[in-house]
Amino acid sequence: MLSFYTLLCKEVLRVQKVAFQTLLSPILTALLYLLIFSHVLEQHVEVYPGVRYTAFLIPGLVMMTVLQNAFANSSSSLIQSKITGGIVFVLLAPVTYWEFFLAYVTASVVRGLAVGAGVYLAALWFAQPPLQFPLWILLFAVLGSALLASLGVVAGIWSEKFDQLAGFQNFIIMPLTFLSGVFYSIHSLPAFWQELSRFNPFFYMIDGFRYGFFGASDVSPWLSLAVVSGCLLGMAGFTLALLKSGYKLRL
Amino acid sequence: MLPAVDVRKVRKHYGNLRAVDDVDLRIEQGEFFGLLGPNGAGKTTLINLLAGLALPDGGQVSVMGYDVVRQYRNSRMLLGVVPQELVFDPFFTVRETLRLQSGYFGLRRNDAWIDEVMHHLDLSDKADFNMRRLSGGMKRRVLVAQALAHKPPVIVLDEPTAGVDVELRRSLWRFIRQLNRDGHTVLLTTHYLEEAEALCGRIAMLKQGKVVALDSTQNLVGSVPGCRVRLRLSGGLPAALLPRVVERADNDYLLALPSYQALEPLLAELREAGVAVLEMSVQQPDLEDVFLRVMKVAHEAARPC
Ligand SMILES: Nc1ncnc2c1ncn2[C@@H]1O[C@H](COP(=O)(O)OP(=O)(O)O)[C@@H](O)[C@H]1O
Ligand SMILES: [Mg+2]
Repeated sequence: MLSFYTLLCKEVLRVQKVAFQTLLSPILTALLYLLIFSHVLEQHVEVYPGVRYTAFLIPGLVMMTVLQNAFANSSSSLIQSKITGGIVFVLLAPVTYWEFFLAYVTASVVRGLAVGAGVYLAALWFAQPPLQFPLWILLFAVLGSALLASLGVVAGIWSEKFDQLAGFQNFIIMPLTFLSGVFYSIHSLPAFWQELSRFNPFFYMIDGFRYGFFGASDVSPWLSLAVVSGCLLGMAGFTLALLKSGYKLRL
Repeated sequence: MLPAVDVRKVRKHYGNLRAVDDVDLRIEQGEFFGLLGPNGAGKTTLINLLAGLALPDGGQVSVMGYDVVRQYRNSRMLLGVVPQELVFDPFFTVRETLRLQSGYFGLRRNDAWIDEVMHHLDLSDKADFNMRRLSGGMKRRVLVAQALAHKPPVIVLDEPTAGVDVELRRSLWRFIRQLNRDGHTVLLTTHYLEEAEALCGRIAMLKQGKVVALDSTQNLVGSVPGCRVRLRLSGGLPAALLPRVVERADNDYLLALPSYQALEPLLAELREAGVAVLEMSVQQPDLEDVFLRVMKVAHEAARPC
């Protein structure tokens, strides 16, 4: 148990020590999106009745930031310690594979939530979306970031170079977030793209998270909860099996 | 008594390469054991198998009776490894690094021991330095301190003195010897054969993944007959003696003799040739002679007929 706690502390300390890169810069990026999209679209789009576009956009942007940072954290921390070799200190210790998993995932959830909270607070200056069901918000933020953190562990273990990790980010994470309804409701899409969105787990994470704010969503929050939980369980199982086998870590 | 390290028929192949090839090795508790061999012999791979950094393709490894695969938590608790590569975590200070390492091993308040280890390794005044600011030698000391953070009964050092200054080598060996006297088992690989000869009670020599010699240091050194003679002569060596030359620089020679009895005829030969001896010393064979001999024999044995 102390092994888990120590590894968690180490991962959180790492985030703090490079806070400019891990906390501040993603918050600034999200605010830039907010500034530009809300400026361009505020007059033209009303997604839910009575909700200004900027207010609609904020939860999506917050969740996108939460997810991207959870993924970035576990994946880049792992690949970094693989490249510097510092990972041996953990591999030499009696740390079980599930302690390893929980520590990396928890630290990444913490960073995801910290960055998300930062974006939310800063965004309040532009618009103030309602907070209908805060527990749903928290639930989706935790489950979604845990799912992405777990995917980040797999990406970090599998990648040998930073470009491979960047490939993961550019070809999987980015397209799936952008096609998930961060910037729009999928009801505004043509039928084909609407159907396709339903196969995108990111859609359910964003939609469920947004439900917590507005009490309105594209699909039932219970369906989103079921999909996100199912994906998380599957991903966690896969990641744990990979860690247990020692794949690319214990040669 | 349980052996500290028990390696049974262990095999590790990387593609066609047999990095460790059916190795059997048993190290008793309290031993100071040396693992020698040329680059690529498989020393680090064997250590990785012991530490769980690599998984064996066959055979079993145990540390103090615990199987390193099935009972890895117990075996890793009992093992401290100084890796060969100079690795470090760039985010932390020396003290943070050692506290984290203690925590991974389940030790909460370990500062008294951390301070003691830092003291013995002359790291005390660097405690609050970031790892990035340390020189290579200092980083190596931290690696040693990390391996010792949980007071492991079995200590493994993989070429800990490669590229390290004389001062650190001395203080390191003083400390490791002390730990060995206190009952810790030590497994050492090194390129400095005189170091191994001075420190290790028993030695295994590895070549191409196989153990090619395994005995007490005393027996190994005694296994090479004869002696070596270092000579400075007034002129060139008579042709009849040339096959005995091991090294030569101008009129300085190092000759290998099959026994001390060959010394008398050698001097007679020089006198007859009219060459005077300006300086002379006789040397016992050392581990280096054994090493070269064993490696040569292993090489010839491996050659297809
Ligand atoms: N992860 C690996 N993948 C492929 N080959 C490896 C790996 N690790 C070691 N080897 C090979 O195994 C052999 C033994 O290496 P090593 O154990 O490092 O030798 P030593 O420590 O005695 O110098 C070398 O030929 C090395 O190239
Ligand atoms: Mg080596």
